[in-house]
Amino acid sequence: MSATTPRLDIVRPALPAWGPWAPPAAALALAAALAVATDVAAGVLLVAAVVVSAAVVFAWSRAVEGRRRAIDRLVTVLVSSAFALAVIPLVSLLWTVVAKGSERFDWAFFSETGRNVVGEGGGAWHAIVGTLVITGLATVASVPIGILAAVYLHEYGQGRLKRWLTFLVDVMTGIPSIVAGLFAFALFAILFGPGVRMGVMGAVALSVLMIPIVVRSTEEMLKIVPDGLREAAYALGVPKWRTIVSVVLPTALAGIVTGVMVAVARVIGETAPLLITTGTISSLNANPFSGRMEPLPVYAYRQYKHPGVPPEPYLARAWAAALTLIAIVMALNLVARLVYRRFGTEVRG
Amino acid sequence: MSATSHPTRIALPRRCDARRTGDRLFAGAAAGAGALILAVLAGVAIFLLAEAWPAITADASEIPGDGGLLAYLAPLAFGTLLAAALAIVIAVPLAVGVSLFISHYAPRWLAQPLGYVVDLLAAVPSIVYGLWGIAVLGPASVDLLRWLADHLGFLPFFAGPPSVTGRTMLVVGVVLAVMILPIISAVTREVFAQTPRSQIEGALALGATRWEMLRMTVLPFGRSAIVGASMLGLGRALGETMAVAIILSVSGGVTLNLISSGNPSTIAANIALDFPESSGPAVNVLIASGLVLFAITLVVNVAARMVIARAERAGRA
Repeated sequence: MSATTPRLDIVRPALPAWGPWAPPAAALALAAALAVATDVAAGVLLVAAVVVSAAVVFAWSRAVEGRRRAIDRLVTVLVSSAFALAVIPLVSLLWTVVAKGSERFDWAFFSETGRNVVGEGGGAWHAIVGTLVITGLATVASVPIGILAAVYLHEYGQGRLKRWLTFLVDVMTGIPSIVAGLFAFALFAILFGPGVRMGVMGAVALSVLMIPIVVRSTEEMLKIVPDGLREAAYALGVPKWRTIVSVVLPTALAGIVTGVMVAVARVIGETAPLLITTGTISSLNANPFSGRMEPLPVYAYRQYKHPGVPPEPYLARAWAAALTLIAIVMALNLVARLVYRRFGTEVRG
Repeated sequence: MSATSHPTRIALPRRCDARRTGDRLFAGAAAGAGALILAVLAGVAIFLLAEAWPAITADASEIPGDGGLLAYLAPLAFGTLLAAALAIVIAVPLAVGVSLFISHYAPRWLAQPLGYVVDLLAAVPSIVYGLWGIAVLGPASVDLLRWLADHLGFLPFFAGPPSVTGRTMLVVGVVLAVMILPIISAVTREVFAQTPRSQIEGALALGATRWEMLRMTVLPFGRSAIVGASMLGLGRALGETMAVAIILSVSGGVTLNLISSGNPSTIAANIALDFPESSGPAVNVLIASGLVLFAITLVVNVAARMVIARAERAGRA
């Protein structure tokens, strides 16, 4: 080894394969131990564990591999922990709802109403009927309007009007749900006088929220129907409207159904607009055009917000309603995905 | 053109008129549906204005509290902006991290399921977020709030005294952040995935590490999408009602203190809490506050959509 020979590194020094995993694992284990042993807040420990392990990985990598690799590893730790941090609430939320909701997730909950119920017992049958009627009404109103508007946008519309309508539909998806509720209230207050509460008002509010979602998803589906199909129909002498009704829409049907189901899932859990339009009631009312109705989310809210004494049975019913809502929403999303995967358009373009 | 088409049109049988009638009816129905949507959007503004008008023109003495409509709305508007700003500050870095993780860090086969998992966050009804916030996150945060008050109490945000129930602005901000995270992440994920392959491969070929590649290609490409998506999330956070109404312990007034039990309410939560028990002029006042909320979210959403549209056009070009 003479002093004049330059040192050549053929292989760059690198951390071992387990290198980036060890510090986070050790830090998390230490944090868990501290959380059990001491009374320092678990959240503080978790944040500290992430910061410490990121610092250790950075320092180690910097010493062995140099600054650029070290920064790369640091970012990898941060990005991964961002994802983990985002999933923690979902897991905790699902766990809580299942654990607390299963207590009253029984037959009585789905078969009895809340009429004359003080304390334990009773159910949410009236609320389930309310949700089904109001959401059903909103769906019946929104789907034809939404699909026709999407057909206009994609098959007929052109120029400035089309651009404006597309833009405004996008903007409309951002209307806060409470504002939609106030709109429905204001509309019916002007028509029927103040203090009016009806199921159909809630359906109007939900339609305002639902229509833009249906338009957007249907338009996306119309876009992937190949132009060749339309041209083939035109070549056979089929008029444009028949082409749309019997060629374009059936081809896009699975996607449209998926979009509608996702839209229903979006609005079925809405609470705020219904709270101010349908009112609250404990007995069954299946007529949306007369008198108050109480949909499931409002039921959950009222059981939680205004419990009797003792509050436990009321809270148990609120959680059971939350579990029911989550189950409905998850089922709708899942079935929507299955429908699309099973019957969806194969051609993409 | 006209020389050849003219005789042809005469020769067509009568069926053709029916066909044209059908076409005209269908096109009319489609255009009518489009016009109806415009009418609904205009109707929202008009009916809210009509019902809010009595409150706008009312004498200051008829408005709850004292000092008239503006004095009534100001703390609510402050609370709304504070909660939404907090949510954005927490959610945007997380959402960008989540999007990068899904699009560039996770194994390819895992990317789509992970995307579903994040989208599930968006499917949870807001009332359930509210119940979770007050039953789980709030109590779990109490120790943290105390720690913040003890160690960072010199900042106005953590002045304390810390709430013992966790029904604070900070917890509301975290819950709102969880709720808007999937919205921001959905848009940014989409645009990150559109980054030109050639740029990414060029950066890697020059010896960039993964982070350097992201910083040189994906992030600059997605910058306006991040801005637009954040504003979209901001719009959602501004209008979120039930989670705030359930979790937040309200005392009115204006304060930056995020961890005490006395918080300003938000416009949306205030409507949900007061509306069922209100009548007469109080209803008009609440509708006027709803009109303010509508105007704020409309501006935010219009701006967000313009930014996103520009980002997507740039992506396609």
